[in-house]
Amino acid sequence: MKGHYQLVIIGAGPAGMSAAALAADHGVDVALLDEQAAPGGQIYRAMESVPDQRADLLGDEYKHGRKIVSAFRDSKLDYLTNSQVWSLNSKREIGLLQEGKAHIISADQVLLANGAMERPVPFPGWTLPGVMNAGAGQILLKSHGIVPDDGVVLAGSGPLLLLLAWQYMHAGVKIKALIDLTPTRNHLRALPRLPRAILAGHYLIKGLVYKKDLKQAGISTLHNVSDLRVDGDECLASVSFRHKGRQRIIETDLLLIHFGLIPSAHLSRAAGCQYDWHRSQQCWRPQLDDWGRSSIDGILIAGDGAGIGGARTAEHAGRLAALQATHALGLIGQDERDRLARDDRKWMREELHIRPFLESFFHIPRKLLGVPDDDTIVCRCEEVTAGDIRKAVADGHSDSNQVKFLTRCGMGPCQGRQCAEAVAHIVAAAGGEKVAKGGHYRGRPPVTPLTLGQLAGLYSGEKE
Amino acid sequence: MKSADVLIIGGGLMGFSTALQLAMRGTRCIVLEKDSPGRHASGVNAGGLRQLNRHPAEIPLSVAAAEMWHNIAGLVDSDCDTRFPGQIRVAENSADMLILEDRAAMVRALGFEHEEVIGAEELYRLVPALIPHCKGGLISRNDGYGRPFHALNAFRRKACSLGAEFRPSTRVDELEYNAGEWSASTPNGEFRAPLLVNCAGAWAGRIAAAIGDTAPVKPAAPMLMITERLPRFMEPVIGAASRKLSFKQMQNGTVLIGGAHMAELDFVHQTTDMNWAKLAVSARTVMALFPQLENVRVVRTWAGIEAFMPDGLPVIDTSNALPNAYHAFGFSAHGFQLSPVIGKIMSQLILDGQTEFSIESFNIERF
Repeated sequence: MKGHYQLVIIGAGPAGMSAAALAADHGVDVALLDEQAAPGGQIYRAMESVPDQRADLLGDEYKHGRKIVSAFRDSKLDYLTNSQVWSLNSKREIGLLQEGKAHIISADQVLLANGAMERPVPFPGWTLPGVMNAGAGQILLKSHGIVPDDGVVLAGSGPLLLLLAWQYMHAGVKIKALIDLTPTRNHLRALPRLPRAILAGHYLIKGLVYKKDLKQAGISTLHNVSDLRVDGDECLASVSFRHKGRQRIIETDLLLIHFGLIPSAHLSRAAGCQYDWHRSQQCWRPQLDDWGRSSIDGILIAGDGAGIGGARTAEHAGRLAALQATHALGLIGQDERDRLARDDRKWMREELHIRPFLESFFHIPRKLLGVPDDDTIVCRCEEVTAGDIRKAVADGHSDSNQVKFLTRCGMGPCQGRQCAEAVAHIVAAAGGEKVAKGGHYRGRPPVTPLTLGQLAGLYSGEKE
Repeated sequence: MKSADVLIIGGGLMGFSTALQLAMRGTRCIVLEKDSPGRHASGVNAGGLRQLNRHPAEIPLSVAAAEMWHNIAGLVDSDCDTRFPGQIRVAENSADMLILEDRAAMVRALGFEHEEVIGAEELYRLVPALIPHCKGGLISRNDGYGRPFHALNAFRRKACSLGAEFRPSTRVDELEYNAGEWSASTPNGEFRAPLLVNCAGAWAGRIAAAIGDTAPVKPAAPMLMITERLPRFMEPVIGAASRKLSFKQMQNGTVLIGGAHMAELDFVHQTTDMNWAKLAVSARTVMALFPQLENVRVVRTWAGIEAFMPDGLPVIDTSNALPNAYHAFGFSAHGFQLSPVIGKIMSQLILDGQTEFSIESFNIERF
């Protein structure tokens, strides 16, 4: 590891890997930092070590990652694994942690390719042990072939839920229920966006095939479900909900939930990148130009961290950002940048056809986002409830940051990752600023905790 | 157009404390704030309630403020989450001890008794977690800390309940003085009053200039960091005789670490970048005194924008340039503790034309 690079890329998923390979091939001095031990990110996790049988189970889209990983491996660059990035500032100084030691390196260009996270949606009991994100279930499946051995309930709204159910079904997992909280009215909402989605019909067909396969295997989906809650003393015991006018309850010790993806933004926010609220994706997205340049000079963002577009889109966006970075470093001219970008731009446009349809089909209803019961915990680190937040709003604290100051929600070790979105929705629903205006917590580094000893070790050779 | 008796610019602690004291005497104020209440120094400071180691000119104010803090619920209906376990400056060696003894003698000579030298035995009785080799310390036993944003809210609520009016997101773009009346233009309309108070913190230099006074306010952003929650291991607030440090375990078990190291500030955009090299110095200072904290996690760092004056003393004065304008700003990162008494002083200046406190050292002509 050197103290300075021309280009530092953060994240070894499709965007980061394809960007790194392209930039390195153009002679850019690149480092790629990733917190995992092996490349692939979340989507292509464990690509190099996965047995063939499990790869088949994970499907063709997963296996597509092999090409990207091997091109990345063939490139000449510093690939720094097990590196946790704890800070990024507007001067492109990056704090990272390796083998327990903190370092600060700098770069002329920084590409954030750190992907997405699952949208946290608080509902009664969601903090009980036994409730996990569907993404976590998929990580265990990809990296270790671990699946629930005592059955599972899946609940939420979004394509990943369906995919995971299908993968579990093939892995022989007992699916006790697949609970779809997507309201039926979303079908109507999505209809005008269907014609464009048909241009990316293979995605639609895949979804329909998953549904058919699940049905044939006797796994029925409960649609248009509402009032989800979980109960249990020390840990999850049962899931209850409303379906077709009836109150139902299912006993289970494992519930996997999923409410779609949102860009992972803690690093870009710590650096001070500007964000806008995106109504269709129901999330904040960084302000970017069509090369992925953020509001801060020399910081680019590509992949799902730029807005949810999926793995293939990320691959193209990573290359576009790498072309821009290579150009900014003076290694290719503007014409060459534009020429080399042509195919990726075209393919990316085609990839994105499906998105508006998916976004409206899986639009999370306001009732789930903005009006949890008073007793529902919203900030799990500081145990702040929806009622506490509404009380703060009633007392005149009209945006997320003021509510944070008062209630400490978002001030725990997770730095608000798990509650920032929910708080903005609750504040808006309670009469505070609208989500788009009330904003997001201001980023406060370190984005992942650092020990005093690690911090003390920084620049320790220098005179005080 | 909206009018009142007094316009106060700045919805921080000084502004609300002034509004509160004026409202208690039946004066109608409007507090104009460009952001949200306590958005900068007032909301994000370290919350120290410290008489210890004050500049001699500030000692009488600080002692009066301490008395007010001990009865703060009587003033604002909330204890502002205050605790009074004392503040201690630790001597790590004999040279430190001499510094502290000289300091205590100086304070005594001024007629104050609150700063007291203690030996090693008393120091370790009060702070058993401290590294063993320290020689003693200087203590102010009535000192402590509060939660600044809670205090800010309590002052705001109480002032408003007594009739003060608060306008957030109302930046003063222009000030005019005409025929005995101040007029402030803001994006939310015009506000008028015969009297004007400048409590605009880091932005007070701009307001002072609009009034016609010169005040070389330097905005800067002292960095703070806070750890995860820990089992209680310490009560008093700890500083050091020859190091930059302010160290306290908060009400909820987190440890707040300050050291008067500045972040890099973009004043125009109101953003800061942490200076990790200096935070590393802070971390080393903490570990020199509390090595057992090596593996404790730092959860968050931040830096609020504060007003610093060249001599580190605030401006508390009537305007030099125009009648019926007053200043209270430039508290140079130690204003939180003084805030209750500042409201009192300002209300006296405004309504009585004089104050019971000696404020000569804080005049605006000194620049």
